Amino acid sequence: MALTRTCVLLAAALAIALTGGALAQEQQPKPLRGATPIPETKPSEAFKYDRSDRPIPRNYPEHPPIIPHNIKGYQITKNVNMCMSCHAKTRAPATGATPVGKSHYLDRDGNQLPNISTRRYFCLQCHVPQFNAEPLVPSTFKPAT
Amino acid sequence: MFTERTGWKRWIPAWVWRVGPWWVVGLFAAGIIFWGGFNWAFELTNTEPFCISCHEMRENVFKEYRHTIHYTNRSGVRATCPDCHVPKEWGPKIVRKIQASNELLHKALGSIDTPEKFEAKRARLAEHEWARMKANDSQECRNCHNYQFMDFTEQGRRAVRTHSVAFSQGQTCIDCHKGIAHQLPPIEQEIGAPKPDVAKTK
Repeated sequence: MALTRTCVLLAAALAIALTGGALAQEQQPKPLRGATPIPETKPSEAFKYDRSDRPIPRNYPEHPPIIPHNIKGYQITKNVNMCMSCHAKTRAPATGATPVGKSHYLDRDGNQLPNISTRRYFCLQCHVPQFNAEPLVPSTFKPAT
Repeated sequence: MFTERTGWKRWIPAWVWRVGPWWVVGLFAAGIIFWGGFNWAFELTNTEPFCISCHEMRENVFKEYRHTIHYTNRSGVRATCPDCHVPKEWGPKIVRKIQASNELLHKALGSIDTPEKFEAKRARLAEHEWARMKANDSQECRNCHNYQFMDFTEQGRRAVRTHSVAFSQGQTCIDCHKGIAHQLPPIEQEIGAPKPDVAKTK
């Protein structure tokens, strides 16, 4: 009885070892980088926020203005949207921040709202901070204005 | 019973002789050891490892704080839990520590022993801490950030404008700088449906 059990266990262990080995062979990755070894790549850098604190000119009409200041730790959670503590149109005169555009105060049926629409809640979907990073791919884009 | 003493013994007060000189020396030494020991144990409770030895602090507020500038920054100067939450002066520190016995009670009751329970109480807990800081003019902030020594020319444009106006209006740090080390509780901003259990920020 004990012998049979040992045999079954051994067989199972053998089967797992064999299939596992086969799988490992199949999953050999073919890296996109080809034969370039990793140490020859460029080291990463620490990029800094643009903190110029002045509005950055837009590149084309309807361009969402980009953020000229550090936003580290500014919470946009289900509890609070910290951007609106300065950029809400009621707060902007006191804080000197660029007030949020009028379009953001309309719901999808065009009704006026007391504060921004929930559709606009996640500011960073369109408005993004800037870093001192060079573009990875060169661009020939010229501003329209 | 009055006995005349001679030589150097005359300079030692009579009550020392009544109590017994070795008792006096022994009690004095015991006092030093007792006070030192009390202070040592007391200060052990004012350390970050002590604060996060309970999962209520470690899993909620400590995890949030680890992403903020008071935990990690370019120069490695830190403000740990007690730097902000326990007064440095002896009197206020003792008062705060006595109040903290209530926190021991709620630890035993398990009032915030899950993330859900903590979240439900977040507004109330934050309001308490904001009120405490408002009442002592944000003393724990100013232990490091003393605005009498702030060089506005070194500050950003936004900071200069806001600070000079706020200080002249008698505002204190916590009036604006809420949620700098932890997640904020629900705050009513009139965006979307009204929120339940909002914190009062004024």
